[in-house]
Amino acid sequence: MLFARPHLIGLEGLSAEEITFLLDTAESFKEVSEREIKKVPALRGRTVVNLFFEGSTRTRTSFEIAAKRLSADTVSLSAQASSASKGETLTDTARNLAAMGPDAIVVRHPSSGAPDLLARHVDCPIINAGDGAHEHPTQALLDLLTIREHKGQIAGLTVAIVGDLLHSRVARSNLFGLLTMGAKVRFVGPPTLVPRQFADLGAELVCDLHEGLKGVDVIMMLRIQRERMNGRYFSSLDEYSRLYCLSADAVARAKSDVIILHPGPMNRGVEISSTVADGPYSVIMDQVTNGVAVRMAVLYVLVGRRKAALDDAAADDGPAIDAAVRPLALAELPAKRAATGE
Amino acid sequence: MSEGFRLSAGRSEPPLLIAGGTLVDPVARKQRKADVLVRDGVIAAIDAGISAQLPRRGVATIQRVDATGFLVTPGLVDMHVHLREPGYEYKETIATGARAAVAGGVTSVACMANTKPVNDSPAVTRFILERAHAAQLAKVFPIGALSVGLAGAQLAPFAGMYEAGIIAISDDGHAVSDAELMRRALECAKMFGMPVIDHAEDRALAAGGLMHEGAVSLRLGLRGVPSAAEDVMVARDIALASLTGGHLHVAHISSAGAVGMVRRARAAGVHVTAEVSPHHLWLTDEAVVGYNTNAKMAPPLRSESDRQALREALADGTIDCIATDHAPHHRDEKDVEFEQAANGVVGLETLLPLTLRLVDERVLDLPTAIAKITSEPAAILGLPVGTLDVGRAADLTVIDPTLEWTVAAPELLTKSKNTPFDGWTMRGRAVLTMVDGRVVHDLRGEGEAPRRARAEVRA
Repeated sequence: MLFARPHLIGLEGLSAEEITFLLDTAESFKEVSEREIKKVPALRGRTVVNLFFEGSTRTRTSFEIAAKRLSADTVSLSAQASSASKGETLTDTARNLAAMGPDAIVVRHPSSGAPDLLARHVDCPIINAGDGAHEHPTQALLDLLTIREHKGQIAGLTVAIVGDLLHSRVARSNLFGLLTMGAKVRFVGPPTLVPRQFADLGAELVCDLHEGLKGVDVIMMLRIQRERMNGRYFSSLDEYSRLYCLSADAVARAKSDVIILHPGPMNRGVEISSTVADGPYSVIMDQVTNGVAVRMAVLYVLVGRRKAALDDAAADDGPAIDAAVRPLALAELPAKRAATGE
Repeated sequence: MSEGFRLSAGRSEPPLLIAGGTLVDPVARKQRKADVLVRDGVIAAIDAGISAQLPRRGVATIQRVDATGFLVTPGLVDMHVHLREPGYEYKETIATGARAAVAGGVTSVACMANTKPVNDSPAVTRFILERAHAAQLAKVFPIGALSVGLAGAQLAPFAGMYEAGIIAISDDGHAVSDAELMRRALECAKMFGMPVIDHAEDRALAAGGLMHEGAVSLRLGLRGVPSAAEDVMVARDIALASLTGGHLHVAHISSAGAVGMVRRARAAGVHVTAEVSPHHLWLTDEAVVGYNTNAKMAPPLRSESDRQALREALADGTIDCIATDHAPHHRDEKDVEFEQAANGVVGLETLLPLTLRLVDERVLDLPTAIAKITSEPAAILGLPVGTLDVGRAADLTVIDPTLEWTVAAPELLTKSKNTPFDGWTMRGRAVLTMVDGRVVHDLRGEGEAPRRARAEVRA
């Protein structure tokens, strides 16, 4: 089995084979989004709960569209993160949801480790849609897919990730994923936002933006949280921008065929100039498109396997789990589904 | 010597002889085979072969404890415990904490002031002592707050609390940010010969921190507390101890930097002592991986190099003693997001085997290891316990050093089960604990009953 894990909490610890399998599956799902009727019945009758304890437009919409294109029923909940003094605990929320029998819970939470806690209390797959400063695995997968599409392969590339690395779950997931896939990763930013110990995790640390972009194949910009530029991490947003705003000048240090990614939402003129964001190197819209495909793949692999397992339990001659999760060839999916009558 | 053997008639508690054990004397740092006679709550005699000298007839009223193959030590002293009463009885009471203590071989505990209300008044001190007396288990020595309400602004009434029975001063759990207040506390505590126990943490550097700052905290995306948060505070407080001539005791020392400063300060003659917790000797920040809230405490579990520095400092005497920082928390306070989980772990029932393990790993010899949990902490606090002396209260622990057992959190006697050592196989356990000559914990014979029961079921 190529992806046997019950949950997707992070990319740390996944093998290159597992990541490649998810990317291949996502690639095969891209075709669905290009059809006139953008829907396959793969998860018909399954329920996916989107549990968001933190604001999100892009990720949440992307997960919802992904689930709907797989014909799953979706329920989206916005909740307040629990506090010690008031409200329901996350554990109780989890147990209550679990009692309603969802087939997967997609969770975003401001506390690092919240998906791990959920996974200990429910028996359905947990998909991490971003926890604190820990991981955001589907974002990194869509970044990896975008890079692979443009560069052919990930191994051997040098990727610069620029900005507030300290607080970024996107950066961590990308670091783990890129290193596993054989890329070199450079973290670029001021020492307050790029702690030295990141080097122990395998990143090369560079303070100067122009130095950091020298010869890179991929530039990944991170969103700067305005509220963090309050005089503790950096004197001001202006000061930050003066040193780290991605201008055409800075981009010129990279390889001539460099691509530029940004997880969004962008602060134009702060971490990235409009010229660059809208320029020829930007693949930001590809990322958004790939986001849906990646999330379809993750839901399909985690929930579809569960479905297969449940079907197996119901009928001994049901489809083997392995068959249900093997990567789909690009053209195979509609035909296959037609053949099985789903 | 026969004088010592005269049995006084009419006592409700008959004399008791612990025979055939190996005595570990933490002061002389020696071990030898000897018997211990306990009478009227005190150690009446210590000698090899008391057993043989006792008259064969007329001694039916002497209880005998066969300690062959066992170690006999002073009752253990844990100078850093949170008993939670008054105010947080759902986590622990003085009675449940004292029960856990004696089960772990601990006969004396010093309890911290962060109760509700805070122990910042003679009334609360007296309440704690009354509850401890009612429990009739371990001896409880209250530590008074340094500042009123642990608020770090105004000195608590040291004199009144001292008269009521406190034995040290501490705002443990709350760092004293105001250097001037710490200076005055050291000066005032000195009047009563009490140490000031220092929870050394720079609040600004530690703000929002959830674990040790390093590669693991970065990996997990948890905000870190740098070692420097402890180092700068220990440096400051050593300077203040030097200034005032007061006795500074560094609680739960955790960083290599702080250890180095304590070592140098002691060499320079500053009155500084230090304790380390078992979890800092056995675990590192790696234990947090998986967001294990039972690996969350303040100060946090640090790096492997810190851990090694702590062990070296324990061996060379820079760190005087081991203290558990026993901090019970309800399940609901731990089964939450890591960020929201309460700080602290229980430790009373695992102190002894983890200390003995230091002997197995050749960090300490046996008498020194025992000293770190008996005579040394007692000396820091000036308590009349923790030694094996004729005439002293018979607070004794009989240890089976070879007994293997597995820590099972639900089976702990402490009210809370937040141990980071759940599932660990331990070697060595208190089989009998005695306070003032009274047996308060006795494992002998246990294990027989379950075995019999199983046999009956099979039959």
